[in-house]
Amino acid sequence: MTQTLELTVGQQAEPRTYEPLTRTDFVRYQGASGDFHPLHHDEPFARATGFPTVFSVGMLQAGMLATYVTDWLGVETLRRFKVRFADQVWPGDELTCTATVTDIAPSPEGGRRVAVELLCLRQTGSAALKGEAEFLLP
Amino acid sequence: MSYTMPIELGKIREFARAVKTRHPAHKGEHPVIPPTFLVSSRTLWEPTSESGIAKLGFDMRRILHGEEEYIFHGPLPRAGQVLTCEARVVDRYEKPGKRGGTMRFGVVVTEFRDADGTLVAEARSTLVETEKAPKKAEA
Repeated sequence: MTQTLELTVGQQAEPRTYEPLTRTDFVRYQGASGDFHPLHHDEPFARATGFPTVFSVGMLQAGMLATYVTDWLGVETLRRFKVRFADQVWPGDELTCTATVTDIAPSPEGGRRVAVELLCLRQTGSAALKGEAEFLLP
Repeated sequence: MSYTMPIELGKIREFARAVKTRHPAHKGEHPVIPPTFLVSSRTLWEPTSESGIAKLGFDMRRILHGEEEYIFHGPLPRAGQVLTCEARVVDRYEKPGKRGGTMRFGVVVTEFRDADGTLVAEARSTLVETEKAPKKAEA
């Protein structure tokens, strides 16, 4: 980021809605991350465990929420990213990410420490993730 | 005890695609990691004998992922770096469950240091052992 981004507390980023998630998305993430828990790709295993079908890896939607917020405020400027897992995400779910600036403070390192509150919502309106991030911006 | 995690170019590309980012910072010959990439230290690099999660002693059939946090002490790690990783349990607590039982919580912190020994990143994972088989949140 070469120029100073104008930010104010309460400012919201443009929300982003991702394409409906597929089982292929789950498997691609499992391969990339090395987490091969069968609940996320093995239909008979998921049913035998008591679930209606396979469901997403929580860290997949966490990664997508990180993608959303770093597209707005930068990757190399990120200093903290946190998610709380609130609801499961199923095949076909359409996730919408939102971000709101909650604090802007001068940083002892120079520049501004910008805190952001994040949500990753299912199409039902329930939060799959609640998150927070902090950036060190010029 | 610690273990090493090489930050690999191809693995960054694969992970970036999986989390649907097209940010230029993750492209080229010296990309930085996507923010949640260090989760793969546990699955791909951590020896079972050093598993922070195993140190909790929770019943793996009732374990849920409650929270995950990454703290970066500077720009994110980059392809070509080799990080030294060490996991430890930093907190344990209990809460009453909805079915009259007890839910146990454990917090595992993994520290990531560069070749100079500088702390570059920390991962903080909160794991939950539920009363019964998981029905809510991530398994």
